[in-house]
Amino acid sequence: MLLIRCPYCDEERPELEFRNAGEAHIARSTNIAGESDDDFEKFFFIRANPKGVIYERWRHIHGCARFFNAVRDTVTDKFVMTYKAGEPKPAKLPGAAK
Amino acid sequence: MSAAFRIPGAGRLKQAKTASFSFDDKSYTGIEGDTLASALLANGVHLVGRSFKYHRPRGFLSAGAEEPNALVQIVRDDARKTPNVRATVQELYDGLTANSQNRWPSLAFDIGAVNDIASPLFSAGFYYKTFMWPKSAWKNLYEPKIRAAAGLGVSPEKPDPDHYAARYAHCEVLVLGGGAAGIAAALAAAETGVRVILADEQAEFGGSLRFESGARIDGENGYAWAQAAIARLKAMDNVRVLSRTTAFGYYAQNFVGLVERVSDHLKSPGRELARERLWQVRANRVVIATGAIERHMVFANNDRPGVMLASAARTYLNHYGVAVGKNVGVYTANDSAYAAAIDLKKAGVNIAAIVDLRDNPAGPVIDEARALGIEINFGRAVVSAGGKLRVSSMTVQPKNGGGERTIPVDAILMSAGWTPSVHLFSQSRGKVAFNDETRRFVPGTYAQDCVSVGACNGTDGLAASVDEAYAAGAKAAKDAGGQAGKGAKPKVDAGESWSRGMLGAGPGAGPGTTVKAFVDFQNDVTAKDIRQAVHEGMHSIEHVKRFTTNGMATDQGKTSNMHGLAIAAEELGKPIPQVGLTTFRAPYTPVTFGSIVGHARGALFDPTRRTATHGWAASQGAVFEDVGHWKRAWYFPKAGEDMHKAVDRECVTVRKVGGLFDASTLGKIEVVGPDAAKFMELLYTNPWEKLETGRCRYGIMLREDGFIYDDGVVGRLAPDRFHVTTTTGGAPRVMHHMEDYLQTEFPHLNVWLTSITEQWAVIAVQGPKSRDIIAPLVEGIDMSDEAMPHMSVREGKICGVPTRLFRMSFTGERGFEVNVPADYGEAVWEALWAEGQKHGATAYGTESMHVLRAEKGYIIVGQDTDGTVTPNDAGLDWAVGKKKTDFVGIRGLTRSDLVAKGRKQLVGLKTKDPKVVLEEGAQIVADPKQPIPMKMIGHVTSSYWSENCGRSIALALVAGGRDRMGETLYVPMPNGTIEVEVTGMVFVDEKGERLNG
Ligand SMILES: [Zn+2]
Repeated sequence: MLLIRCPYCDEERPELEFRNAGEAHIARSTNIAGESDDDFEKFFFIRANPKGVIYERWRHIHGCARFFNAVRDTVTDKFVMTYKAGEPKPAKLPGAAK
Repeated sequence: MSAAFRIPGAGRLKQAKTASFSFDDKSYTGIEGDTLASALLANGVHLVGRSFKYHRPRGFLSAGAEEPNALVQIVRDDARKTPNVRATVQELYDGLTANSQNRWPSLAFDIGAVNDIASPLFSAGFYYKTFMWPKSAWKNLYEPKIRAAAGLGVSPEKPDPDHYAARYAHCEVLVLGGGAAGIAAALAAAETGVRVILADEQAEFGGSLRFESGARIDGENGYAWAQAAIARLKAMDNVRVLSRTTAFGYYAQNFVGLVERVSDHLKSPGRELARERLWQVRANRVVIATGAIERHMVFANNDRPGVMLASAARTYLNHYGVAVGKNVGVYTANDSAYAAAIDLKKAGVNIAAIVDLRDNPAGPVIDEARALGIEINFGRAVVSAGGKLRVSSMTVQPKNGGGERTIPVDAILMSAGWTPSVHLFSQSRGKVAFNDETRRFVPGTYAQDCVSVGACNGTDGLAASVDEAYAAGAKAAKDAGGQAGKGAKPKVDAGESWSRGMLGAGPGAGPGTTVKAFVDFQNDVTAKDIRQAVHEGMHSIEHVKRFTTNGMATDQGKTSNMHGLAIAAEELGKPIPQVGLTTFRAPYTPVTFGSIVGHARGALFDPTRRTATHGWAASQGAVFEDVGHWKRAWYFPKAGEDMHKAVDRECVTVRKVGGLFDASTLGKIEVVGPDAAKFMELLYTNPWEKLETGRCRYGIMLREDGFIYDDGVVGRLAPDRFHVTTTTGGAPRVMHHMEDYLQTEFPHLNVWLTSITEQWAVIAVQGPKSRDIIAPLVEGIDMSDEAMPHMSVREGKICGVPTRLFRMSFTGERGFEVNVPADYGEAVWEALWAEGQKHGATAYGTESMHVLRAEKGYIIVGQDTDGTVTPNDAGLDWAVGKKKTDFVGIRGLTRSDLVAKGRKQLVGLKTKDPKVVLEEGAQIVADPKQPIPMKMIGHVTSSYWSENCGRSIALALVAGGRDRMGETLYVPMPNGTIEVEVTGMVFVDEKGERLNG
């Protein structure tokens, strides 16, 4: 069972309190009705599924109920960091090589 | 009965405390503190089981958790018959009853042993090859026979009456393994003041100090030092010491599963004691001190009872005071078997000979053995063991061939060397590394905050292990925030050091031989099987393992993996690391389902949700059905009624008079705030801004892809307040979906969402008399059609308590849904019921609710839709706001496939024979005469007998359905094809006049 730091509660809590909510930083268009097929495909269907670092959304559903973003390594399952919803994708990850 | 092999003065058990027990209906006496294994050996019993495949007689290989052979069934009563218990870990209690397994009719004469003679049939891969043809025979003949013949133990006849406890625990340092290294690490960590948990699978701590007779630490005998150290640790407030506790699984972020056997060792454990306790421990740092496991020698008939690991024989002697024989042979490739021979010799047991594969080893143990007058043969091999139910001799040959000599023995002690127990390290996702010099896998790259110490880390020698462990324990505590410790490092005055050994088959069992030299005892895998697997094309150890089943038994190859790997590598002509090591998986040793399940069984398996009227419904004889976690009244049978009669009566009464239905399980969410209407506009397809306060609307929620996600009636209580209902099953996910959009896509909207499902009990009152039933109880609400038309909501009082009174209908009749605070639900229901009875109304359940709504063509999301149905497909296009520029799903709805012709559409079906009720899920075809496989054009989603219509009715999703009105379609069933006519979805009151009737 993973430990996840909720950036709102600012506490590490067990995975049981959380729910994964898919890939992060996929913004819904403000003019979604006018979106091209290609753009809608990218928005709704295409996901990164990387081996390594993934940016994803989690929800502290059995805690503060907030959605937030997390950086996780899909190989080790380790959480690199978590940050609040709406904050930009971190330019540099803690512990990164450079 | 005297225990002939118990040596007076030897061992640590108190001879006065005897315990009688039975094995295969024969009575014996042991001593408290014995294991079942040591007690049987004390009585001279070696034959305890039959092997899995060949039914060969088997005895004890080990004295610990790695035991592959001595699996027995422990019987307490009809409900408690635990199979596959390792006799080497089962502690003896007075009255213990054990039976051998996998034999018939008796252990000494077992019919299944014919498999041993027919063994060419059962060689590697036999499952895959022998039972290939004919196909049906596998299911009907081979598999049942194999299962019956291969069954290990029998199941209890009754449910497990024991209970199983569970604890969560947190600590800075968790030490796994309570041998010298583990104790040293725990001492070092504990002295810093941090929280420490020390766990060991044995009843007593000490690990190999149980048999290492010469070990001395801090001036004491090693085992005595261990007991004193444990007493010191137990006395410390920051330390938890767990014996009989196996760390079985190492999970992410130092989350370790331990199982503590609380009462399996007790004669009659009281109900207050759990049988086992599951510990789920989260540790800041983990110290792994799991030791090493001795390997056997691979030679012909090395599985005969009496042939065992040298360290096992030494444990039986030094800890239990039991000699494993009177005339013992030794076969070794390293020093540690000498120590066993020396201890036995000193205890008065004759050592027939030591056979050492090495050419000219030297060292103090060899000198000591020689000084004791033991015959030692270097450069020689035991090529086979004689005897059947018990070893009777060993045949010795120079290792490169030559004259044989047969030496009579009643036991053979083996040691091929020691395999570090890297199981938990490997489970932690650490990568093992092969040490070419010592030819063993040791911890390499770490993936978690843990450290391996002592023998499991490939550290040889007691002194080096204790030094390493003490330093690691101190460092782990410091890294976890501990203060500097004040204690002193234990000083090892004397201790043994392990030397190399050998891997793979010994002489006489090498390439080209066909002898039964066992690698994996539990799964009956021989050296020849491994080679055969390689010859048949298995070049990866993972394939060899699956083909031969080597290492796949419940012991997970603790003694066999390295031998199997070495033989495969030799045959492949590759170095061992290139052939690889199979992955170690949890559990380390078998774990009962009971300990995993804990108290989550029976009524506690899953929560049960009951509505406010549950007790009333039960008192009326309602039959309940499970809907998610809810118990819902299904139907209310009167005396003599079956389900159909009850449902027919309920359905007719609702349309004729009226009915009461508990709709409390519907999900309810309050959407509140200045932007509530804007939010509703975005989450539902319908327009909401213009919905007047006090009015209701049927809303459809889509996913972004345009498919129906949920539906429900929404009432506007105030300009900034909506009372939203969802499907019963959809409540949590709709809330999640709404929160997701509110928090992440539309955070600018000022809206609050509150789940109110459990706050409001909902009583649906439906039927022509519904208003008459409710009105006498209501205050402050004008219920006339003018003041309160269909699809409106009013707040007021009923029976003196607050109500949100909806006028709405899921039956097509005039109808209301009375929402009252849940605590008043039952009282209001009873008041309404009393009024209803004056008119002859009925209570109805979910089955009638389903029939009544189907008669009106009202859909149920999740039954008539399946996640690929659009509003248009369901005939609900009217509910999609055509002028809206945005809502979730608006873009998805314009996808080419969703607007294409020929989509499956929801329609009604009438069977040509009105008495035939279709099966839900049945497939529909246009032409029943077409060849199989037929083209399926849809399926039945809802189907019922409708007493109101006097015939069966059905809803179905059919390709191009709305263009097929009046067409005849076909539903092929096993008993013949059913003709149906495509119709509209409304079977009762097409004009909807009864809503005001
Ligand atoms: Zn939180």
